[in-house]
Amino acid sequence: MWSLNKISTAIHDWLSATFNPTWTMIFEMVIAGVAVIGLFAVLGLVLVLMERRVAAWMQIRLGPNRVGPFGLMQSMADTLKLLVKEGMTPDGADKFLFNLAPFIAMIVAMLLMAPIAFAKDFQLWDLNIGVLYISAVSSIMVISILMAGWASNNKYSLMGAMRSGAQIVSYELSAGLSILTVVILTGSLNVNDIINAQANGWWIFKGHVPVIISFIIFIIAVTAETNRAPFDLAEAESELTAGFHTEYSGMKFALFFLAEYINVFIVCAIGATLFLGGWMPFHIGSWDAFNHVMDYIPSSVWFFGKTFFLIFVIMWFRWTFPRLRIDQLLNLEWKYLLPISMFNLLLVTAIAILGWHF
Amino acid sequence: MFIVKYIKDVFSGLKSLLVGMRRTGYYFTHHKEIITEQYPDNRDTLVLAERFKGEVVMPHDENNEHRCTGCTACELACPNATLKVVTKFDITPEGKKKKAIDKLVYHLELCTMCNLCIVACPSDAIVMAQTFEHSVFNRADLTKILNKPGSKIMDGVE
Repeated sequence: MWSLNKISTAIHDWLSATFNPTWTMIFEMVIAGVAVIGLFAVLGLVLVLMERRVAAWMQIRLGPNRVGPFGLMQSMADTLKLLVKEGMTPDGADKFLFNLAPFIAMIVAMLLMAPIAFAKDFQLWDLNIGVLYISAVSSIMVISILMAGWASNNKYSLMGAMRSGAQIVSYELSAGLSILTVVILTGSLNVNDIINAQANGWWIFKGHVPVIISFIIFIIAVTAETNRAPFDLAEAESELTAGFHTEYSGMKFALFFLAEYINVFIVCAIGATLFLGGWMPFHIGSWDAFNHVMDYIPSSVWFFGKTFFLIFVIMWFRWTFPRLRIDQLLNLEWKYLLPISMFNLLLVTAIAILGWHF
Repeated sequence: MFIVKYIKDVFSGLKSLLVGMRRTGYYFTHHKEIITEQYPDNRDTLVLAERFKGEVVMPHDENNEHRCTGCTACELACPNATLKVVTKFDITPEGKKKKAIDKLVYHLELCTMCNLCIVACPSDAIVMAQTFEHSVFNRADLTKILNKPGSKIMDGVE
């Protein structure tokens, strides 16, 4: 059967047979880098179109339908426009930091791709502290936003960046605590171990109500972490023009825009891995025929299906809920999500110790 | 008690969020609810609401007759001097002079489509049309004369 793992093994075997180990490693790094950049480009094109279509249908509109069949070429046309636009740097800006910030945003997104298992045995870097790595690296994102806001020398940019800082720092906590519930149930920080523990059922089904609560908290917290509506006060088009990327144009703006969508993809991939079983197919108890049919669907299809379902949920949030004020935002985190997730963590620990989960 | 109120708040908040998501989810899956028009494509089949007000026109019948008596009620009702009635005197077959309109000048560029002239007209001589493609290259083209050349007042309209 076709699988991503077979392709990567075949490439590895061919390279090892042709070159010495050093060159093999260098070539494999280059191939991985190109593949990640290619995935970014495809994700950017697909997610922008998907967002606009979902937004349109939820607002009783039709959405882009002029460029190409069903408007499928719309995001290509947008990319072309952004490519030919002049990337201006304001006169009073700190030019080095201003030009560096979008690249940091992209580099963080690229680093986060490393421990994600896209299919069965198909992963860039199988490290034993994968979940810790993800939550550590994703908090670097705030640096690029603060850098962009500060270097722009613009009051709106700075206010947007400061809000974003407060928001990301506080929502990291409840995202981390809700990730911890799954880590406690699995007893491992390794992404592969977490997925393998879900072979007989995903955690959201196996872990009773506490895991469902932590899944809801996780989704809310990562929506806030990726600065998307209803938590988009860092950008807040109607108040701060565009927040931290007010002064950016052309390709530098496009990198921030792309980084936002890549981050949405990554947090949804993490959510799918932790709570919905990653690339594990959907199995029901002892229905063997049903389980075999599910096994025939390739694992990469399962992974991307679950991830895109979560992306759709986050887009659903964006086009339904109104934006929170900064005080409401911090109230929600410190008075509701954090106490609930702490209590929830206690419950999950009790469940894990007493062995009440399936 | 504080903790009861807290838990109630959490649940009522979640419930209200779900109500909103149900509504948008309904719109997402029911594309028949879409209200936007694909305007230049559906120009032939475009259906506008009956109350839509595009511009003031004066209907003429097949004998090139209109119902305007030249009473200037519309001119007086107009808040921004969009309409201007230029009157003349016709000679009736009995040899009497009778007031009639020479032209009814309409400045589309000044009109706010407020409908006050239509309401004020005692003989229903002017109505609101549903046309809306009004853009022209020359501003003078927006000044229109509503009565057609050679038209006269309908019999029986006083």
